[in-house]
Order: sequence, then C-alpha cells, then structure tokens
Amino acid sequence: MNGQAYTTSRHSRESGNPVWRIARSLWIPAFAGMTMLAIMILVPEPLSAQQSLPPAPLAYEQLEDPAQEQAAQELMETLRCLKCQSQSIADSDAPMAGDMRHQVRSRIAAGEDPEAIRAWLVERYGDYVSYAPSVSETTWPLFAVPLLLMLVAGALIWRRLRKSA
Amino acid sequence: MNKAWLWIPLGLFFGFAGLAAYQLTQPKDEFIASTMIGKPVPEFDLPPAHADRPGLTISDLKDGKPKLLNIWASWCLPCIAEAEHLDRLKREGADIVGVAIRDRPEDVARFLAQHGNPYSKIGKDDLSNLQLSIGSSGVPETFVVNGDGIIVYQHIGDVRAEHVPMLLEKLAEAGG
Repeated sequence: MNGQAYTTSRHSRESGNPVWRIARSLWIPAFAGMTMLAIMILVPEPLSAQQSLPPAPLAYEQLEDPAQEQAAQELMETLRCLKCQSQSIADSDAPMAGDMRHQVRSRIAAGEDPEAIRAWLVERYGDYVSYAPSVSETTWPLFAVPLLLMLVAGALIWRRLRKSA
Repeated sequence: MNKAWLWIPLGLFFGFAGLAAYQLTQPKDEFIASTMIGKPVPEFDLPPAHADRPGLTISDLKDGKPKLLNIWASWCLPCIAEAEHLDRLKREGADIVGVAIRDRPEDVARFLAQHGNPYSKIGKDDLSNLQLSIGSSGVPETFVVNGDGIIVYQHIGDVRAEHVPMLLEKLAEAGG
C-alpha cells in the first residue's frame, strides 16, 4: 500500500521534470538490457559447462534388493566425494560422486563385498577416500595418544589418592 | 616441590594453538594424488568418443611405446587452456591418448574443431570407470604410462607451458 503510493507520487513528480524524463528513458532500457545480458551470461553458461550427460544409471536409482541397497547406502556414507571433499558420496550431487555411487551399487548388485569395494578405492586414492577410521602406519598415534594420556591421568590420580589416604 | 611443571599443559596448549593458527594460514591442498603410480593400468575397453579417432583399450597402452593418457572433457574449462600445450607436446613427438569423461560425441567434435586434436585415440568414459580405476579425481589430469601399461607419473590439473619439458622428460624416462 505505502510502496504503491510512494511510486505513484514519485512517478508524477519525475514525469513532470524533462531532465528526469530523459534520464528515465535512457536508464530503463539500459538497465533492462544489462539485466538480460547478465542473465544470458550467468545462467546458461554454468548449466552447459556442468553436465551434458544424464547421471549414471545407479547414481540416483536404488537397488531392488533392500538388503543390498542398505549395504550400498552404508558404504556410500563412509566414502569421501573426491570433488567436494567435505561430503560423502551419498551426500553429494557432484557428477563424479554419482559415478562413484553407480560403481558401489553395481558392484554390490554383482555380489561384491562392501569392504572389498572400499579396499579397491583405497588402493587407488589412499586412506583419504574412506571416512571409516582405520589403524595404519600414519594413523596409529591418533589411537595411541588418547590411551597414553588416560594411563598417565590414571597414574596421577592413583598416586594422589594413595598419598592422601 | 617444584611447580615449574605446572606450566607444561599451558605450554602444550599454546604450542597446539600456534600449530593450528599456522596451518590455517597455509593454502589447502585440494589435490588427491593417485596411489596407482608404479602399478599397471587395469583392464579397460572404451568405445570411440569421436568419429575420427578409434576408442581406447588396455592393449593400446601395452604396445611398447610410452604415452600420455589425458583425462579431459569438452565441458571442462581448464582443458581449453591446456589444449595448446598438448598440441606442443604432440609436435615434440609425444603420443597422447585421450579419455573423454561424461561427454557427448557432438560436444567432443566441437571442442576438437575449436581447440585442436592432439589425440591419436579417444575413449569415451561415461561412467568414470577408467578414471576411478586409475585413481584420477578430476579433469584435466595427465598420466604418463610406459610401454608396458604401467603408470609412472600423474600430473594433476591443466598442463601449462612450464610442464611441457617436464612431461617430455618423464616420457623419455618411461621409454628408456
């Protein structure tokens, strides 16, 4: 209501002033043209640059066997998307994540063990591709240090309790 | 009793905070290197991605001649930037085979007409099967494969002018 009234009054004031009329007659088409140009540049470019093929058959299609789909889902949630590194392939809409889901589902449908599929990917991309924690040459301190700290804390408490007793 | 050791946890805390602060200022390494270096390219058989060039199979990579295996796509912008450098590699005698990721033949044809075709063979990898099997995580990537089909080097990202001599050297090493 207020907005409507404001534009009407401004419109009548502006249209009375010849300078405003010329300015408006130039700016409105220019602005409209720029906007159209911006839309033309911004919109179709990313669309055409992104995906030209439909997603992989099993990227968004669940397996018919619920047990197999469950196994696939559990595996996909613990595999890292390589293009969008903070997401699992189950979470990501990146085309490559779709291809990885297709890979996982088609292998599970063919009877492959989920951990064998994980091992296949780890062989190619290293531990990085898997979110499942594993003790390895580089990760053992992550498991050892908390254990060590707990032992030290336990020893300190034990000594203190014995002294105070 | 000596109280000096009470400062150790505080020291450790500042040490940790300092390390975290330092790491935050470092650029993030977004490249995931393939762990297939030194291993053979697995079996594959890709249909042609372009009418003028044959497709690509594992036997092509085992013909005794080292090759550059270029993972690319017509929808990939850095691939346009690297096209001229691939052309130069080809002029310098490199045999470059291409793998087009998630691409249509008409888009491949348009790209090659516009930016040149340095490839002797181009396979069509619609489901990223070959890409996943050699540990490649994006486009473009360029692998040096020796005459026995063993991956000897991976270059991540577009090939720039400064990479050309290095890749030629890797090819020469792979051939020797």
